[in-house]
Amino acid sequence: MGGHTEEQLIVDGKRPDGRAFDETRPMAAEIGTLKRADGSGVFKFGSTWAIAGVFGPRKVLPRHREQSDRAILRTDYRMASFSTSERSRPGPSRRSQEISMVMRNAIIPALFLEEFPRTAIDGVAEILQADASTRCAGINAMVLALADAGVPMYDLVSSCSAGIVNGYTLLDIAGKEDTAGELDLPIAYYHRKKELTLIQMDGIAKPEKVKEILRVAIKGCEQVYEAQKKALRSRYEVVTEEAE
Amino acid sequence: MIEMDPMLITEIAMRGKRIDNRAFETYRDVQIETGIISSAEGSAHVKLGETEVIAGIKIEIGTPYPDTADEGVLTCSAELLPLASPEFEKGPPGEESIEIARVVDRAIRESKCLDMKKMCIKAEEAVWMIFVDMDVLNDDGNLIDCACLAAAAALASAKMPKLNKDGDKYEADYDVHEGGLPMTGIPISTTFAKIDGIIVADPNAVEIRAMGARLTVGTIDKAGEIKLCSMQKGGERGLKLEEVEKIIDLAVTKGEELRKKVRIAAGK
Amino acid sequence: MIENSKPSGERRLVITGELLGRGRAGHGTYEDNGNVFSKFVGLAEARDDLHFVIPLSGVYNPKRGDGVIGRVTEIIFQKWIADINSPYEATLPLSEGVEGFVDLTKADLTKYFDYGDVVFTEIAQVSKQRHVTLTMRSRKCRKLKGGRLIRVTPAKVPRIIGKGGSMVEMIKQMTGTQIVVGQNGVVWMRGDNEDVAAEAVLTIEERAHTHGLTDYIKAMLEKRMGKPYVPKPPEQRDEGFRDLRSERGDSFEPREERTEHPQAEEGLGDSPFEKSAGGKSDLGDVENIQI
Repeated sequence: MGGHTEEQLIVDGKRPDGRAFDETRPMAAEIGTLKRADGSGVFKFGSTWAIAGVFGPRKVLPRHREQSDRAILRTDYRMASFSTSERSRPGPSRRSQEISMVMRNAIIPALFLEEFPRTAIDGVAEILQADASTRCAGINAMVLALADAGVPMYDLVSSCSAGIVNGYTLLDIAGKEDTAGELDLPIAYYHRKKELTLIQMDGIAKPEKVKEILRVAIKGCEQVYEAQKKALRSRYEVVTEEAE
Repeated sequence: MIEMDPMLITEIAMRGKRIDNRAFETYRDVQIETGIISSAEGSAHVKLGETEVIAGIKIEIGTPYPDTADEGVLTCSAELLPLASPEFEKGPPGEESIEIARVVDRAIRESKCLDMKKMCIKAEEAVWMIFVDMDVLNDDGNLIDCACLAAAAALASAKMPKLNKDGDKYEADYDVHEGGLPMTGIPISTTFAKIDGIIVADPNAVEIRAMGARLTVGTIDKAGEIKLCSMQKGGERGLKLEEVEKIIDLAVTKGEELRKKVRIAAGK
Repeated sequence: MIENSKPSGERRLVITGELLGRGRAGHGTYEDNGNVFSKFVGLAEARDDLHFVIPLSGVYNPKRGDGVIGRVTEIIFQKWIADINSPYEATLPLSEGVEGFVDLTKADLTKYFDYGDVVFTEIAQVSKQRHVTLTMRSRKCRKLKGGRLIRVTPAKVPRIIGKGGSMVEMIKQMTGTQIVVGQNGVVWMRGDNEDVAAEAVLTIEERAHTHGLTDYIKAMLEKRMGKPYVPKPPEQRDEGFRDLRSERGDSFEPREERTEHPQAEEGLGDSPFEKSAGGKSDLGDVENIQI
């Protein structure tokens, strides 16, 4: 963040791209695009584009990492060098390592890990195009990939972010809102248990304002949930129509 | 080393006491000592219960990043020394040390407690680089809070070297000190863990193993009020919204308690 | 909103986490406070208040008693290790693979099962940590020689087999191939029209969640083979492995003129437990496995 709050981005109650304060960018979700992976998913928030692949449950290598009573989940978050306007060096950064870790903690609660002891479920999320909320898009894509791979889950997990720009609480901040805004709060929501499984915050705000932002972000996650469910259903519904 | 059974922890939580007999919302004893490393411009040794971290501040002259050409540069890093715990390994920083470094960095940076523009010597050419290095000497849980306390105390008690201009070059004279870093407010991080539905403050090592989730909330005092400046959830389980809200409220009060201790130790 | 359970026999597409209704949790579902939810993207069905879901994807989780097709990958000490298309390897101990005493100082285990051998075998045991033990003792177990292997989603095996074996029977009859279907999602087939049979199996896999699948496959087979499908009455059907000793050969039609029992070069190999397998084999069960 580190925004310069003097810049007036919200003019006449309108956001730079014309969205309402509680409106996400157009979302796109798709499953099954990567044929070699056991499961795959794509998720987009506007121009932020994440693609995820899942392998497993499969044998754990190296062996000493396996757990005798459950599967382990390994998640990797990567950004393509061409994903940002300035080319970034390939390879993991501290930021991508941290995000890989919080992604894993965001998704684990929803998996039936005990059904596959001594195995690994490996997920990779690659950000092809970055315009804020990349970790959210990565989580959303990976959850779709896990469902596509037939990994048993309690429910889907949905991720979205909200923040503050010019003092206003906005859902899914992007573009200039992201670079010049005051606060960014990505979360992930596990609907079945009504729990937040990812919470991170960059920026500065009063406690009560933060509580308000959390509520708005949860609403965003509910919209993401609908998009994910629709993608899972439509993968199979298309073929059904052909058969009839 | 005999491990405590996580089930035992939750039983104890249900009976209203933690294994070290603390109340749910009580922090362990905090001891802060500053100015212990003479080779660093700022330093602090913090003990939070048995968890120990030493933070050192090095202030050097360097070139700024192109997109923040008129600002100083803050770099935080953390190392989990192998002597701190049987579980720490040698080698490149792992997830845990990266998380500590990034959470402390966020608390300092987002709180804007350090005016980085004041750290500019000459735009595009020379700025002050502030390195915050945290070494974990003993891990008895809640490394993030301990490291942040050490970093905050070290920053608050740091002394700027004198700036000398020699023709075109800028040099730092470390033998002469010119006041402290321009800080407004002291960033404090407070971590709370959820164990079987109960929120406990400052989890120790055993509680960290037994917990479902933890939430670290950073607070800063600015213009007479407390604001939140960072949040980070850890652990493999989730938190309900009410639990998050409760933790936010606790972070404000506990943060202020810890902040007072840092001020005393740093002589502010 | 809580829905009533659907009437028995009706299948509908559900997704992960979807509420199925109130009742009891069967395969592929879990229960939370009396409500049953799906763990998978799959086909949901209910029998009275028992809900279950057949996933449309996923790996094979080994189950005791399943007939599976495996490939020998390692031979160590007194056992063979086989890949059974699962995250878990399977072990075939010497005693379960060979009848009678084997002198290990002289014997070469590859004589019985060599690297790369494909077998139809049964899962004897699965430990809590998913260590899988196989056996070749069951009469239906034997080597599968030649032919080809196809991997399909294990959960779709019941659709490939069909009710009472009707689907796989149709493919076998129309294409004249021998087909063995493993519960682990491996299908072995051998015959002149392997290609058509393979296409049929893969089409079933792709369309497993649709209605009218049997008609679709029937139409596909009739077109490919240029002849109508007239289901043989049960007595005339070749049951595949039944009474192999008189039907051995590389054609699936019984050859009465054989007086010897020649080892088929291709096709269904011997049961290693031949001597003890007196009487008819019960291999008809292979095709008739229901979920």
